Amino acid sequence: MEEESTSRTDGETSREDPTCGALARGFFRIGLTGFGGVGPIARDVIVERKRWLAEADYARLVGLCQVLPGANTVNVAVMIGDRFRGWKGAVLCVFALMLAPIAILVLLATAYAEMADQPIVRTALTGAAASAAGLVGGTAARMLIRLKPDWRQIATALAGLFVVSVLGWSLVTTLLVIGPIALLSRFAKRAAA
Amino acid sequence: MSRPGLLPLAELFAGLSLISVGGANVLFPSIRHAVVDRNGWLDVREFGHLFALSQAAPGPNVMLSSIVGWQVLGLAGLVVATLAILLPSSLLAFAIGRLVRTAAPRSWLGVATIAVVPLAMGLMLASAVIAAKTAHAGLVGYAIAALAAATVLWTRINPLFVMIGGTVVFSLSHASVVGL
Repeated sequence: MEEESTSRTDGETSREDPTCGALARGFFRIGLTGFGGVGPIARDVIVERKRWLAEADYARLVGLCQVLPGANTVNVAVMIGDRFRGWKGAVLCVFALMLAPIAILVLLATAYAEMADQPIVRTALTGAAASAAGLVGGTAARMLIRLKPDWRQIATALAGLFVVSVLGWSLVTTLLVIGPIALLSRFAKRAAA
Repeated sequence: MSRPGLLPLAELFAGLSLISVGGANVLFPSIRHAVVDRNGWLDVREFGHLFALSQAAPGPNVMLSSIVGWQVLGLAGLVVATLAILLPSSLLAFAIGRLVRTAAPRSWLGVATIAVVPLAMGLMLASAVIAAKTAHAGLVGYAIAALAAATVLWTRINPLFVMIGGTVVFSLSHASVVGL
């Protein structure tokens, strides 16, 4: 989800470690303004505005967080918080990140409870759900293309898509079967290179 | 619709937390299966609506769990579901984060990262397909989902506007229902 940019180098991060207040403000901003996925805004705040991490460090961190279970940006918040301010920093960053989105979600859910019976609301939300499904699919496709995948990686992605959406495999089964195959094919490629 | 206790809710999301490889969006099929098909806490349309709301709000994609918790058990459900989906994966991220800070960047972990990322993308694509079915929006719905996906893929338009656009087009195509 991140923009590729070569405009900054490793030497340009902020000299001093950010304070707890700065971390909290940064992640609050990421949560509040990250409509339709927080990836792009997170990079903007962490690399461009606050300069907590250099571009390359951030890219590596995000790559790792994508593979780990959990929302990418939550994992980023955990790791950056811990890196600069220990476990308390990690807790603080996650809390700051989630605060605004949860509050907005509660407002939306309350409005939904009030108006869910009205045909216009139901129709609009059905359309919104279809659109949101498209957003998820489009985002996944864009991230996949950004990887500049070889045939092995494309096959891995299509296998995951097929077994879950067509065969109805559970997530656990899929991870246990496709995961090792993906790993083996990658290590085989590295060994051949 | 039956209502769960807080404990089954916590168990469900804590269990899903550690397998959400590639982000919380890959969990859509699993959450749907547990909440709608297996336990009957919500009906399928209501679940589709909550998914739409969770995508309309800003923030990380763990919000589907939060709003399901809110819908079935109110504020306590929200807090429990959110903590349950966040805690296990965050503890793991915490531990791994400390581990890799001392590890070499070109290690096996780096190769594993590259290998598993495409699988995560495939799982997200599968979530999109199942979410499109769950929406129960008919052929027009599939067309709008495809169009929204293409817009995100090939343009820089803010996803929120894409969602608003899709909602408006769908509502207009059902103008008799909404009374326009």
